[in-house]
Amino acid sequence: MELMDKLEILTDAAKYDAACTSSGLDRKARAGRMGSTMPAGCCHTFSADGRCVTLLKVLLSNCCVYDCQYCVNRRSNDVRRTSFTPEELAELTVQFYRRNYIEGLFLSSAVIRNPDYTTELMIRALSLLRNTYGFGGYIHAKAIPGADPRLTWQLGLLADRMSVNIELPSSKSLGLLAPDKKREAILQPMAQIRDGSMESRKELRKLPARQALRFAPAGQSTQMIIGATPEDDRHILNLTQNLYRKYRLKRVFYSAYMPVSHSSLLPAPEGFRPPLLREHRLYQADWLLRYYHFDAAELLDEDAPNLDPRLDPKCCWALRHPDFFPVEVNQADYETLLRVPGVGVTSAKRIITARRTCALDETGLKRLGVVLKRAQYFITCGGRMSDGLRVRPDGVLRHLLAQEQPTLAAYEPEQLSLFDNGGAAI
Amino acid sequence: MSDVWRQVCYSYDGSFAGFLTCADESFRHHEEPVAFCSPEEERISLYPEHPVETDQRRAKAFYRWLREGISPEAQRLVAHGFLTCIPNRECVIWQFIQMGRTVGPEVTGHLADRRVDALYAAVRYLHNEAHLLKGFIRFSDCRGLLWAEISPRNRVLPLLRPHFCARFNNETFLIFDTVHHEALLYARGRWAIRPVDHIDFPANDSREEDCQRLWKKFYDTISIEGRYNPRLRMSNVPRRYWEHMTELKDELSAGPSSSSLSAPASKGNP
Repeated sequence: MELMDKLEILTDAAKYDAACTSSGLDRKARAGRMGSTMPAGCCHTFSADGRCVTLLKVLLSNCCVYDCQYCVNRRSNDVRRTSFTPEELAELTVQFYRRNYIEGLFLSSAVIRNPDYTTELMIRALSLLRNTYGFGGYIHAKAIPGADPRLTWQLGLLADRMSVNIELPSSKSLGLLAPDKKREAILQPMAQIRDGSMESRKELRKLPARQALRFAPAGQSTQMIIGATPEDDRHILNLTQNLYRKYRLKRVFYSAYMPVSHSSLLPAPEGFRPPLLREHRLYQADWLLRYYHFDAAELLDEDAPNLDPRLDPKCCWALRHPDFFPVEVNQADYETLLRVPGVGVTSAKRIITARRTCALDETGLKRLGVVLKRAQYFITCGGRMSDGLRVRPDGVLRHLLAQEQPTLAAYEPEQLSLFDNGGAAI
Repeated sequence: MSDVWRQVCYSYDGSFAGFLTCADESFRHHEEPVAFCSPEEERISLYPEHPVETDQRRAKAFYRWLREGISPEAQRLVAHGFLTCIPNRECVIWQFIQMGRTVGPEVTGHLADRRVDALYAAVRYLHNEAHLLKGFIRFSDCRGLLWAEISPRNRVLPLLRPHFCARFNNETFLIFDTVHHEALLYARGRWAIRPVDHIDFPANDSREEDCQRLWKKFYDTISIEGRYNPRLRMSNVPRRYWEHMTELKDELSAGPSSSSLSAPASKGNP
């Protein structure tokens, strides 16, 4: 088979993986070796669906022995099957990298023969790239659940970031849709990667950099499919929070279910719209957990187990807590500022810096990047609310909803029908 | 000395050293520049035009004073500010220096001040464009030499230089800025940024064509049909970068509505 056909098949088979970041590691280039990594990562282009493309995201092989219902590569699906040779893959990566198309390689694979054999093939490809080609760019490798931990360890020494997909938000759904995968088989490598990554970071502090083994120095991530199974947002956010706290994940990705199968266990593909707006709200909530010091229990509870599709979760929280506001921008501490809708991490830090030199007014706040359209309902400057701002609490909701309209318009009309039953929370 | 500043218009050679000489001149003679003229940007001014000869020693001393007399952060802002594309950039920078003279090192903390914000915003835009281009630049291989063209609004080459020279230290490459007519050249551990009017690059050979076709195939395949969202793509990669990007330049001529994917969501099954 031509390389062009292989690339098409194995890219098509990998595209549903939402994780595509190249962040979390600052590795300087070394003379004579090609490549480096940037702590913030780098997007090299954006595909027609608007998503960032940073790594060459392909499968090593799509010849799978498993039959997971939600997956395009399941054994029973009638698609063309192929595999890259390690040489083909290494050469392709290097040629793309030196033209600055990509930041590195994202290597995953279907389970070919068994998890050990698959992992060995991946190790062959990556060690060719690292050791023969001297490649210092970013490598993200998927750990294959069920593989021998010693093989996963070797894979992690060649990769920068690793991931194991949790696939579905509960073990019940997993048992139903992916009978070949067990929750424990997913969590075991996740724990191994966490411990290995922490261990090697400790070692790095003790030994000279050249001698220390570096196991997945950019940590690990995971992803789950949402909208294919009945779990609510509260369940998903609690799971996410546990993954961040217990497994020290760098990122949890959510992937709106795309109808790839006619299985009776899944939503019927006819007329199904992927829940893109729900995915968007989950990412916003995820952001609040990671950067805004929110707890999952603050965002959703038993009475309101789902995120409001109409407004972002931070605005919803603010509207439910009128007693917390207004916040005086010239005095409030960093944590309090972060809770104000329209104030982000950057603008909160700028407020702290700027108010050391002089008192802030509205014009000043605008220069600092505060979105006053939102923030005005929740702040005072020098004890005063915004001029002419006399709105009752339900008026605030109306104003904020009106502002959100352009964002919502980007989603398919079918998504907006959610409004009929959503949003009782505020 | 009275607090009356005579308003003038400086004409200089357009170099950074020339600008620093002007700034030094202005504070010596209590002059407030309201416009700057350089060979690249000729302006007609109603104010008395005062030609300033670039003086490397004075420029160096003034540059050192920015660090020692104000702060290292202020010096960085001035240097980077000079690479930006805001209208009247010399005056914006001068206003900032003037404020630095009065308030001292804390000038960079006055983030809500009009003068400080104007310079910070311009520099943020410069860094943002440089960051985007670290990803968006596309090299073509011509017999071992990697070459690329960019058309940025800001002068980003000095900011791109450390990144690409380190990452591709084993390669030979050239990045040509078609807007500011300068090129970054790198070979065997040595680099230079030089003014260049025009470069004719040779046509691609078949190996290069093959590689570009493979990349285009990957790009077209990685997108998910059911999530087609050209507006989101456009806000993430503004169209003005497309002309130099292997995977996007063909879509420029295809017009905004057509694309490799059809708009209605098709079934995800390949």
